[in-house]
Amino acid sequence: MTLSQPWSDAPMRLYDHTFNSRLLLGTARYPSPAVLARAVGASKAEIVTVSLRREQAGQRSGQAFFELLRSLNVKLLPNTADCHSVKEAVTTAHMARELFQTDWIKLEVIGNAETLQPDIFGLVEAARILCADGFAVFPYMTEDLVLAEKLLAVGCKVLMPWGAPIGSGRGLNNSYGLRTLRAWFPDVPLIVDAGLGLPSHAAAAMELGYDACLLNTAVAKAGDPAKMATAFAKAIAAGRLAYEAQPMEPRDFAEPSTPLAGKARLA
Amino acid sequence: MKVRVLGAGAAGLVAATELARHGADVELVDRSATLGVEACAWCAGGMLAPWCEGESAEPFVVENGQKALAWWREHSSTFVQNGTLVLAGRRDHGELTRFARMSDHHEPCEGNALAALEPDLGERFERALFFAGEAHVDPRLALQHLADGLVAEGASLRLGQTMTPEEAEKDVDLVIDCRGFAARDQVAGLRGVRGEMMIVRCPGFALARAVRLLHPRWPLYVVPRADHVFMLGATMIESEHHGPVTLRSAGELIEAAQALHPAFNEAEILELRADVRPAFADNLPRVERQGKTISINGLYRHGFLLSPWCAGEAVRLAGLGPEAIAAPAEDLVA
Repeated sequence: MTLSQPWSDAPMRLYDHTFNSRLLLGTARYPSPAVLARAVGASKAEIVTVSLRREQAGQRSGQAFFELLRSLNVKLLPNTADCHSVKEAVTTAHMARELFQTDWIKLEVIGNAETLQPDIFGLVEAARILCADGFAVFPYMTEDLVLAEKLLAVGCKVLMPWGAPIGSGRGLNNSYGLRTLRAWFPDVPLIVDAGLGLPSHAAAAMELGYDACLLNTAVAKAGDPAKMATAFAKAIAAGRLAYEAQPMEPRDFAEPSTPLAGKARLA
Repeated sequence: MKVRVLGAGAAGLVAATELARHGADVELVDRSATLGVEACAWCAGGMLAPWCEGESAEPFVVENGQKALAWWREHSSTFVQNGTLVLAGRRDHGELTRFARMSDHHEPCEGNALAALEPDLGERFERALFFAGEAHVDPRLALQHLADGLVAEGASLRLGQTMTPEEAEKDVDLVIDCRGFAARDQVAGLRGVRGEMMIVRCPGFALARAVRLLHPRWPLYVVPRADHVFMLGATMIESEHHGPVTLRSAGELIEAAQALHPAFNEAEILELRADVRPAFADNLPRVERQGKTISINGLYRHGFLLSPWCAGEAVRLAGLGPEAIAAPAEDLVA
């Protein structure tokens, strides 16, 4: 790895695509598309998510904004944000496939309008339908192990547990649960999606062995989105490197780093 | 100099007024048979809030938007300079902290001070930011006032007529194209940002100034008009769809209004309306001259705030005035 690259040497594979950057950026709530473009460019993110639900209120109506996103030359990951039922989410996924010519879909089935918690039962059902229909599904989920098993069983090949509620900026609410998922599914790409507020949160997720982080508000609502996106990219790269470098084990007592051999012992 | 202005929205009327003031012989043409109803300005809040806009807009907007205060004071009888109050519910106080950090020319306003400014809100909110220098106008009356003033000065106003830019250049020295999103086929890089608004009458409630209620998902502003009428706005959707207001958006506006004050439960809905704001990728306006045509476009949600700056630029490009103001930053997407 060279210092100019904000990523590790080991590329990440998601559904037969390879990426160097392990930062996925959302595209909502930036001050302007120009600021969004600067944030994507500065952070060298290679995947951005795009919400179809509202921007596509009318036929072809969000075209200009979608053209701007296409001009970023990154992989687009459409999402079903704000879908509250299986049917809505599946319909939105089909619209996204047609509009963006991609099988990729970040699947959100919201179960609670206040916490934006996923409806995990609807999520499994929507994932089953979409996987059977050839979609590459990225499910936004809680960190529940059994949910993860069910999502994998219906055909998901990537899992995206939340760190904390969407937009809350609270970091990793349950790092124990996230660690369990990592240990249980060593070969499944795991992406922390939602709830990250600071680069240190992202670094912590990566140190747990997560493959990537997806975030939006923390960058879009920062005073300087491009600078914050860069900070996240660096933290994610640092966390990944640390994971690959195999950190030391913590201990309860001090252990001198200087050898004691030959030190004078005064009675 | 004979000048034809296409589009009688905020940009067109302000440009026409400034050009006439600098001696131009102005003709104003608009597709709508009734002044203003098809302009974005018809749906506008009419807020002259340069410092509040600094929360999300480029410094250019803050700097040049300030010129709008003096301009509208002089040109609109509905100009009210009582400031802007920015509020957040208790669980969204973090949004208020962020807003304060991203903007300036505000002071914290709590408790009795808040109640003194807006008695109806004092007992419902603990914290606010007060932007004392800001103002608002009634957009529809402001448009009519400008049109009346132009006609009184001898300008001609041709409503219910459409012209292509080529037709418009006939028999005049200069064309000012202020058609907004309708000019999208001629203006590269223009996109539409859908906005939805509501007008209500709420006799049990009073405001002296524009109020913004911060919410992570449904920010709301309420601008008072005469006779207990309030304009509630406005959604910001990356869509060029021109259709009617959706139930979802109406629901969000209503929910936010109810959060501001329960008196809104008894309000009568007078109007629900949607339009598409013209914007460039950086959400900053462009004033550009090509041959006989000067194009003013991309005013985004800053029609009233930035039309005086745009008009000044148009006067300069027309060779009628010395005003030369720094242009917006380059569009960095291209």
